[in-house]
Order: sequence, then C-alpha cells, then structure tokens
Amino acid sequence: MGQFYEKDISGCGIVGFVNENGKVVPGDRIITAMTTMHERGNGLGGGFAAYGIYPERADCYAFHMLYDHPESKTKTEAYFETKCIIEMDEPIPTRQNAFVSNPPILWRYFLKLKPESIQGGDEEDAIVRIVMEINARIEGAFVASGGKNMGVFKGVGFPEDIGEYYRLDEYEAYTWTGHGRFPTNSQGWWGGAHPFSLLDWTVVHNGEISSYGINKRYLEHFGYQCTCYTDTEVLAYLFDLLIRKHQLPIEIAAKIVCAHFWDEIERMDEQQREIYRTLRAVYASALVNGPFAVVIGHTHGIVGLSDRMKLRPLIAARDGETLYIASEDSAIREICPQPEKVWMPRAGEPVIGLLKSPQQQETAASLQRMALFQLQNSK
Amino acid sequence: MSLSLYPSEFRIERDPERCIVCQVCVRQCANDCHVYDEDDDCIVSNERNCVGCHRCATLCPTNAITITQNPSDFKTNANWTARVIKDIYKQAESGGVLLTGMGCDRQLPSYFDRMLLNASQVTNPSIDPLREPMELRTHLGSKPERVDFKRTGEGFDLTTELSPQLVIDTPILFSAMSYGSISYNACLALATAAQTVGTFYNTGEGGLHKDFYPYGENTIAQVASGRFGVHAEYLDVAAAIEIKIGQGAKPGIGGHLPGEKVSEEISQTRMIPVGTDAISPAPHHDIYSIEDLRQLIFALKEATGYRKIAAVHNVAPIASGIIRAGADIVAIDGLRGGTGAAPTMIRDHVGIPIELAIAAVDRRLREEGIRHRASIIAGGGFRNSADIVKAIALGADAVYIATAALVAMGCHLCQKCYTGKCNWGIATQDPYLTKRLNPNIAQRRLVNLLHGWSLEIKEMLGGMGINAIESLRGNREHLRGVGMTQNELDILGIKSAGEAW
Repeated sequence: MGQFYEKDISGCGIVGFVNENGKVVPGDRIITAMTTMHERGNGLGGGFAAYGIYPERADCYAFHMLYDHPESKTKTEAYFETKCIIEMDEPIPTRQNAFVSNPPILWRYFLKLKPESIQGGDEEDAIVRIVMEINARIEGAFVASGGKNMGVFKGVGFPEDIGEYYRLDEYEAYTWTGHGRFPTNSQGWWGGAHPFSLLDWTVVHNGEISSYGINKRYLEHFGYQCTCYTDTEVLAYLFDLLIRKHQLPIEIAAKIVCAHFWDEIERMDEQQREIYRTLRAVYASALVNGPFAVVIGHTHGIVGLSDRMKLRPLIAARDGETLYIASEDSAIREICPQPEKVWMPRAGEPVIGLLKSPQQQETAASLQRMALFQLQNSK
Repeated sequence: MSLSLYPSEFRIERDPERCIVCQVCVRQCANDCHVYDEDDDCIVSNERNCVGCHRCATLCPTNAITITQNPSDFKTNANWTARVIKDIYKQAESGGVLLTGMGCDRQLPSYFDRMLLNASQVTNPSIDPLREPMELRTHLGSKPERVDFKRTGEGFDLTTELSPQLVIDTPILFSAMSYGSISYNACLALATAAQTVGTFYNTGEGGLHKDFYPYGENTIAQVASGRFGVHAEYLDVAAAIEIKIGQGAKPGIGGHLPGEKVSEEISQTRMIPVGTDAISPAPHHDIYSIEDLRQLIFALKEATGYRKIAAVHNVAPIASGIIRAGADIVAIDGLRGGTGAAPTMIRDHVGIPIELAIAAVDRRLREEGIRHRASIIAGGGFRNSADIVKAIALGADAVYIATAALVAMGCHLCQKCYTGKCNWGIATQDPYLTKRLNPNIAQRRLVNLLHGWSLEIKEMLGGMGINAIESLRGNREHLRGVGMTQNELDILGIKSAGEAW
C-alpha cells in the first residue's frame, strides 16, 4: 500500500442519525439522505456505518475485511486462527451494479477471542492489537470494521452506488452514518473510503486535519499505529483513547479534540477554568486543528462535531426520538421533511445523541461507559 | 614590547569634509580608537584597537565615520586561512587560551535554513490571525498522562491536579545571562520586558540583585556549578529554578566572568571579592552522576525543579535521564548558543546544532513514553521567528533567546563581551558605559521584538491552517527539507521538499 499518501485531503458530505429508543430502520433511508449530497463527492469513495445489524451474533466481534488478493485472505485467516475462534464467516453479500468496479474480496467474520489472546485482561485492547497488526503487517488486508453488532460498508464509488452494492436496504440499524468522498490527492482505494473504524467507533469526516502530524505521534505513545494513510483515523483513535481508555465523559472528550479558546476559558468560573486549563495543558497534542466536521458513531449513539472555527458545515435536527446530523439541511429534510427542531451547532460544540435504554450492555466495560454517558445525560 | 604581527581587523575611515571635530567618537570609544590631537585640532584613529562595534559610526552627528573590514589580506590558502594565521599570532604573543564572546560564528550547515514550512491551499482554508483567534499560550512543566474525573452529585469534578506550570503567552523566553556578564540596566530591561510580554527571563549564574526581586514571578533562577549568589531567598523569589549542567557555547566547561567585570555591586550579588575572576567549575562538584542530580533536584524542589543541559552528541539519553531524575522542564542549548566569555576552540568545535538535538530528544522521549513528563525549551542561535516555528514543529515546547535579545537592545555582535568594554553599555560593568543603555528604551525594544515575532509566528500558523501552537508542536508534517542527505532527513524526522503527505 506504499503508493498511497499518508494524509487524505478531502472535501465531503456526511450524514448520521440515531434513534434514541433503539428502533431500527433499513439502510435505504441513509442512502436517500446521501443521494441529495451527490455533488459533495466525486465518486472516489462512499461508505456507511450501521449499528444493531447483527443482533443474532451480538456477542461476537464482527470483522468486515477487504482483501486485495486471495493470499492476503489466507494469511489473515491463519492469523485469526491463532488469536480467535471464528464462529462464522461468509462473503459480505453484494449486488452487482454498473457503477462499482474492481471491488476487493469482501468477507466478514464473527469472532470470539481465545482466552490466551487477552493479555492483561482487557478484551478490547486485544481487539485493537489485532486490528493494528493486520493493517500494519498483512499486505493487502484491511479491517473495515471490527466492533460488535455493527459494521462498516465502504468502497470506491458514489455513496448511493456503494450502498446499493452492499445491499444496505436489507439491513436494519438504529444508528446509520454515511459519507461521500471528494479526495483531492488520494487514489481510488477501498480501504481509504470512510467511515474509519476501530472497535465500535466509526468516523465520517469532512475536512483536513492540520494537526495530523502531532496527533499521530501522540497516539503512537499509547500504542495506536496510524496505518490507514488518512488523517481521519486519528479521530477514531482519539475517541477510543479518551473515552474507552481514559474513561472521560464524551462531552469532555469533545472539548479535548475541540478545545475552548483561552479567552473563553478565562471567562469561566474558577472550577470550570481549572478543568479546561488542565485539559488543554495535558491533552495539548490531542487538539484537532484544521477545518473539519465529523459524525462519530458508537454503540451508544452519535456525536457531531465541527472544528473550533467551524470551517466545514454541520447542521443538526431532532424529530421525536431521532437525532439527525448532516453537512446539509437537504440531506435531513429528504428523509425527515418536518423535523421538530433544526439548528446550526456552534463551532466546536458537540451534538450528542445517545440511546436511552441500556440495551447494549454486553461487557462490564461498556456498563462503565454507560454510567459516564448517563452522567452526561443527567447534566 | 615587540611589534605585533596581528593586523588591524578594521579600518576607520574619517571623512575630513564631514568631521567637525566634536569628539563624540573620542568619548564614545572605550577602546581608545579615536584620539584628539590638540596640536593639529583633529582626531586620529588607532585602528588596531577597533573591534567593529560601530558605536562611533552610529553616534557621529555628521556621519563622517565609516568602519570597514580591513581589506588587506593574506595570501589565499584554503587551510591556513586569515583566521587561523591571526589566531596563531595572537597566541604567540599572549601565550594564553583564545577567548571570545557570543555564539559560534563558523560556517557550519544551518538546518534551519534547509527546512521549509507548509501552507494551506484550497482544501484547507488558511486562517487570518488579524480576524480569527490564534493561540500561542504554552504551559511549561510536567503533565500527567491523563486526567481523571469523579462524579459529584449533578456533574463531575476534576481529581487530577496539575503540578506547577510556567505559563507563557508566546513561546519565547529570555535565556540565561548573568548580572555580571551583562549590566544592571540590561538585566532590568529583560526583567521588565518579560513581565510586560508574559514570559520569563533567566538570571544566569550570577545571582539576583535585590532590586529585581519584584520581577520574581517572571524570573527563572539558575543554579550553576559555581553557586554564585545562590541562597534561600534567591531560590524562593523566582518562579522556577534551573540547574545549569552545561552551555551550548562551551559544553564541558563552567562559566567565566573576568575579574574586570566584577564591580562592587556584582561582588555583593555573587558573594565574591571585587575584581576576582568568577570561574565556575566544569562539573557541579556535588553532581558526579545522574543519581546526584536527582538528589539536588529534590533538594531544590521546594520551589520548582528545572534543569538545563548542553546539546552534545548523546543529548537524547541524557535528557531522558534528567526527566527520570525529576525535572519538569529540560532546556537544551545548541552549538550556536552564545556566551559572554568562552575559549574559542570550545565554542567553535564542541556540541551539535540545536535542530538535530531537538529532533533526537523529542523522538527519544516519545519512544520511552515520557514526553509528557517534561517540557523542552531549546536555545542556541534563534535568529528569527521562522527558526522558532521550525524548532517547535520539530518538538520543542518553547525557545530561549539571548543573542537576539542583546541585538534588540543595541548589540552589534563584535564578540568582545569578555573584555568588559562594551561600548553599547550591555556587556560591561563600567558605570561610564552602562549608563548608555536606557532600560526603558531597551525594554520597549525587547517587547517590540517579541511582539513582532509573535505576530509572525501567528501568520505562519494561520498559513498552515492551525490556530493553536500545540497543534504545531512536534508536528513535523509541516516541515520539509532541502539539500539534505536521507540520513539527515531521518534524524530530523522530516520528509524531503516535493514529497506529499
């Protein structure tokens, strides 16, 4: 994959929605929303993330794999055998269409970790190590996603064609995010399309991360290897680090990657000032700089976030139990013509939509996370 | 005395059409280059004494004086250059060590000049610092790896307490220059300028005059091997303490203050007799290894721990050891760092360029997972704001400037600081000379310099599409190298110009 650039400078369209009661809807809705933003992409990348799609295998890590050639598949499967029990594997179902060409081998695996793979006791750390190992070491193999009861479907093409190709109308999810890509210097590579994912984190991103160089080096300190040849992946890893590893409330994590300006901090009351001063001093290298708007997906919901000056568009809407976030108003109104409320989130201000019922509590770790999220909700 | 073979370095050209024999030059030159001849009512030049400080030419009311390099040259020889021959003449006449002032002036490769910065185009709007916020504030000190919150009824509360930090509004500090090497007025200008700008100045190893105690909040007190002027009050009044291990201009040896500069006031501040040479020992005699340093750090930590080393070949593991010994900030001083007095051979041949030292230290600390435990201040020959931006992109938290600060105050880099005859009133203790430096004007010039450089740093950040200095720090993606070998690029951790992201 040496021919790919390390950073993906792109302008894009993004959309995401969550049903906070966990009600599922089929994937044609997100495709419809993305179609209105066709002009924001150039056909060099489209993709979707879906949560709640594998309820019958919710206890397995669902690995969506992209393989350049059969050898990479053989090698990866041999590697899986050493670390995991493969409960089931199959080709990811596709439907040929005229607009999607040269797909890689698309395969999905439902995995459980062998007890000996969990060094030190944290199952999710073991999964992170497996993902990093495959992406960095196995030539031609790429992990599109590897979380529980979720999946990423992405490729080279316009998002509506990619969605059609992956037969998303046949899946039902309570959270969907989508992305149409307009890369300016990157070649057509299926792995390079959004969303980027780690565990159950997914990121769809419009923009450019000018702080990439230091964000990447900062994450390396915590064992994350940036292997996707794009700046977007640092956001997925930062959220994994801040929320899963450092156990920070999601709103605080958002205020780390999108820090308050110093003059805002100076106007806060003393307790708040000390919190945000400490965050900026300690997490200086986690500040994400440059123009961006993102929708971050997670088992428990979605977060929309724009950069501190809002140099990329982001709009939000709420209709009953559903929160919508998109680059453009049109994308939301196409699937929800009369939302109760539509608003422009301020620069750097996170928009958070979370599941209300604790239906996704598989592990002790996620229970703990829920407590933090609820803490946020209670505010 | 026998005839000196050492030729005049400069020529003094006096335009008789312009000269009004006002004798300003006579009074201004501490080196007695201009002598009034009463018989002929004219001024004659003693070129042999001229150091090229341009004081006379600057103050001459009729612009009658021109100082030029002596064009008279030795026969061209690539090995036995004029500099080499003159140095030998000098030593053959004096029998001593060659002394000099200021930083290394040899033509060594400047890596700053071989690095170029990035700017945004189209996909990433550049940010205009005149219209948008642009943040340079920096916290220097040890940071925890993460912060923790605890639940408190309604909300949450921070349980992590940040250790003391030096907060600066621009990533530039004034480097160590002792009271002794520079004058009272020069120290006062540095202290007041640091206070105005919101940064720090460093006492060097000369102690602290009681008059400067009110600027303690902006003072870094140095503890060097000579322990001159070190006492409880001195350590207490400063915001931070720096243990000086080495100096970029003279790694491996201690400080030199010639007795000519040890006046009554200096003697009191340093706690040494008037007129004695203040020669610091090469090592601290209570630090013979890292475990001793650890003890000293914790002994001094009642205020705050803080240390300084010179950039030498194995600078990276030393910095790592210093952080593990408990330092909150590590200052690294490069080969081009200045001095008031140093043996020429050591100044010009010992050490490595600061660019390489920053890159090596930053990488090593990250590899060891301890980069957050200390901040890095880099010193040693920062000439302009672009050098600073490049140093921060390589991984420094902030930089120390000293030569540039002296130049802002009027220094003309004649490199004769060690003589105590600074005609600009900066590197001297002669009351006739020191009163030439108006501390208010010097302060204004220092503040102007930092203000100008800060604006330029903001412009460059904005061009990169970045609006906070922390997103530049260690962000080597914004640097590209020209005219370097692959090995040099690898050490700096940067790509070649022309390579994309």
